[in-house]
Amino acid sequence: MFTINIENMIKYILFTASLLFVIQFTEAQIAVKGETVYTVTGETIKNGIVLIRDGKITKVGSASKVKIPNGFKIYEGKVVTPGLVDAHATVGFSGIYNQKSDQMQLDKSSPIQPELRAIDAYNPQESLVAFLNSNGITTVHTGHGPGAPISGQTFVAKTVGKTIEDVKLDDATMLAMTMGGSVHSNFKTPGTVAKEMAMLRSELIKAQEYQKKSSNSDASKRPARNLKMETLVMLLEGKLKALITANSSNSIMTAIRLAKEFNLKLVLDGASESYLLIDEIKAANAEVVLHPTKARGYGDMKNMSWETAGILANVGVPVAIQSGYEPYVPKTRVILFEAAIAVANGLSFNDGLKSITINAAKIIGQDNRIGSLEKGKDGDVVIFDGDPFEYLTTVTTVITNGELSYEVKK
Amino acid sequence: MKVRISFILLFLCSLFFLNSQNTPIAYQGALIYPINGNPIENGTLLVQNGKIIAVGSNVNIPQNAIVNDVSGKVIMPGLIDTHSHLGNGSGGDRSGALHPEVRLLDALNPMAVDLMKARSGGITTLNIMPGSGHLMSGQTVYIKNKLGKVIEDLTICNNVSSEICGGMKMANGTNSIRDKPFPGTRAKSAALVRELFIKAQDYQKKLDAGKKDASKMPTRDLKMEALVQILERKRIVHFHTHRHDDVLTAIRISKEFGFKIVLHHVSEAWKVADEIAEAKVPVSLIFIDSPGGKMEAVDLDPKSAPFLEKAGVDVAFHTDDPITDSRLFLRSAAIGVREGMSKQKALEGLTLAGARMLELDDRIGSLEKGKDADFIILSGDPLSVYTHVEETWIEGQKVYDRKNKTDKAFAVGGYQVYPETTTHVHD
Repeated sequence: MFTINIENMIKYILFTASLLFVIQFTEAQIAVKGETVYTVTGETIKNGIVLIRDGKITKVGSASKVKIPNGFKIYEGKVVTPGLVDAHATVGFSGIYNQKSDQMQLDKSSPIQPELRAIDAYNPQESLVAFLNSNGITTVHTGHGPGAPISGQTFVAKTVGKTIEDVKLDDATMLAMTMGGSVHSNFKTPGTVAKEMAMLRSELIKAQEYQKKSSNSDASKRPARNLKMETLVMLLEGKLKALITANSSNSIMTAIRLAKEFNLKLVLDGASESYLLIDEIKAANAEVVLHPTKARGYGDMKNMSWETAGILANVGVPVAIQSGYEPYVPKTRVILFEAAIAVANGLSFNDGLKSITINAAKIIGQDNRIGSLEKGKDGDVVIFDGDPFEYLTTVTTVITNGELSYEVKK
Repeated sequence: MKVRISFILLFLCSLFFLNSQNTPIAYQGALIYPINGNPIENGTLLVQNGKIIAVGSNVNIPQNAIVNDVSGKVIMPGLIDTHSHLGNGSGGDRSGALHPEVRLLDALNPMAVDLMKARSGGITTLNIMPGSGHLMSGQTVYIKNKLGKVIEDLTICNNVSSEICGGMKMANGTNSIRDKPFPGTRAKSAALVRELFIKAQDYQKKLDAGKKDASKMPTRDLKMEALVQILERKRIVHFHTHRHDDVLTAIRISKEFGFKIVLHHVSEAWKVADEIAEAKVPVSLIFIDSPGGKMEAVDLDPKSAPFLEKAGVDVAFHTDDPITDSRLFLRSAAIGVREGMSKQKALEGLTLAGARMLELDDRIGSLEKGKDADFIILSGDPLSVYTHVEETWIEGQKVYDRKNKTDKAFAVGGYQVYPETTTHVHD
């Protein structure tokens, strides 16, 4: 009924393999042409060209200076930007179905769980990840969500790839922490911000002790391995940044106080009322990953403003805009749309673009690889058919790691 | 506190001006989208006594008119939100799945600050609905977004006790599936609704008999009275539905009982656009920034908008605020166009199509002589992200002016601008 013809099968395999090789070969060399090319870190180029070979950008310049070598596949459009970088998402953890089985961003068994690794939970094949890629987001800083004093680790991933190993740019980037807000509805204790702060300080003091004992020259006097303590030591040593979700002004100040006491690298997340605390945030050297502009103003976000990004940028606080965590619909936000509303409300066009590219890349420690169109950086490029922030504009082409990852259906 | 005081002052000022609209006001030089016709370059809009007197490129302006130069601006009708939850109201409770007798107008706070979101977004008329966690969560209310103190200041009907002042909210799919006394499956959901309407048909027969013979008149039943209004096609059913099969179930039930229906949300409309067109049922769409968040919205796709237009379905939009933000309602039309809708139909979806779905198109939805003077002045193209609503006018009264610092705060937010925490259980 069903016989296998070995010869045909070998032919088929060889043919497929050669086809794959050809695709790989052609995709490995890409030229992107744009009427306007926003490099973000360098000059904006009229009639610009970006050359990509083997996944990396090899040349960026104007068409009059950069020749497209033979064999390069050409993609073109009106506006070209770097692949967009989402400074804080929970995509790949909080899945599209919003059922218990696909919500992995928060474990409520205990309020302080720094040992929860992002790489053990991220789903690179989650359909919302591909959805973000089709909107030009080529990199996400994602992981455990808000809602616990320490909910777990975050990491950085490209939005194309099958496995963690394919997509990860690091193993752990920050510890996801929340000051106030939803913490008190998720846990019986801490039930107040003061209690939360006391718990965090106690744990960090324990970690300081653990750190001291671990460095004892006498190996026999070192403590037994403790995953929680090991992770908190990384936080104390600045190997992990403290991503503290804090929205009300008092929560923001409490986060700053905690960071100061333990010399933590502070990234203020959400930061709804940051416009009230410009000097304090500057003095604390805190980085800011602002709430989605269109976030709903519930609870401790009730005083949020669409003008905050512009206010921060205008006083010299580099701001990144996040997609954040959404418990309902939309299950993920799209930073391009969020930045657009900020740009329509006081953030300059250039700062808007930075908020979803280079500023985000710097905060997540990947600006050597992504966030701008520069020689040597990853071949992550987006082509738009107009002003990226305009409602009517469409993402037409996305190139991730030097390969076509999305093209609009015509 | 400062904001609140200013809000009250603004409100009092508006009351003062309420009766001073007998002086005609002309707005000259704008690009006018009348919606019922082609855009008018360098047009004039003339209003008086809360009504539109004239619209066009060649309008005779009375000598006593106040003339406002609005050249470079865009004027279009006030926006109509066919589905909103602003105003801190709620409908039926958890005692049952069907609450035809419950009126949202008994719960709406006419002074709710969040109504200012809609004013700053250019929304002048709203269908305020109870939530979707019930098969039938109650009667909706159609309001003008005027600055008022009591519900009667806002309702479009004149007498809330004797008139029909809104539609009926119904829902199918997953939101209303929960523990007893709620249904546990989709089929049970449909059965419960059909049983109720069959009772209403019986009641209707008794009413008819009672009209001939008073002794046969049934005792008053608030539930049945509202349902009979639906059967008589006097009260429109606004039906929350997402998945393609749920959409067709809603249509099937509406045909069985012959009631008027507007489909709301309709995430999977793109899959059944032809069937919706064939049923001659209008659709009010919402655009959510990503699919999912609930099982029935996983295949949500904004291309539903052009699919429906192509199939010949009347399409309006809604905010479902707080699901999407009233301040960004114009964006809905832009997304429709981005996905392939015509600009004309997309702008109609914010205005005249919504008016038709609320059966208020004789009064609102377009800028034409005799209609209510509900209009908005925009800084630019209605479909641009950079465009702001500069002024919102309802029946000749200005209810929002971006030049005013307090008003602008309602458009962008900030410290204690919206002190109330809106809670809308949508599940």
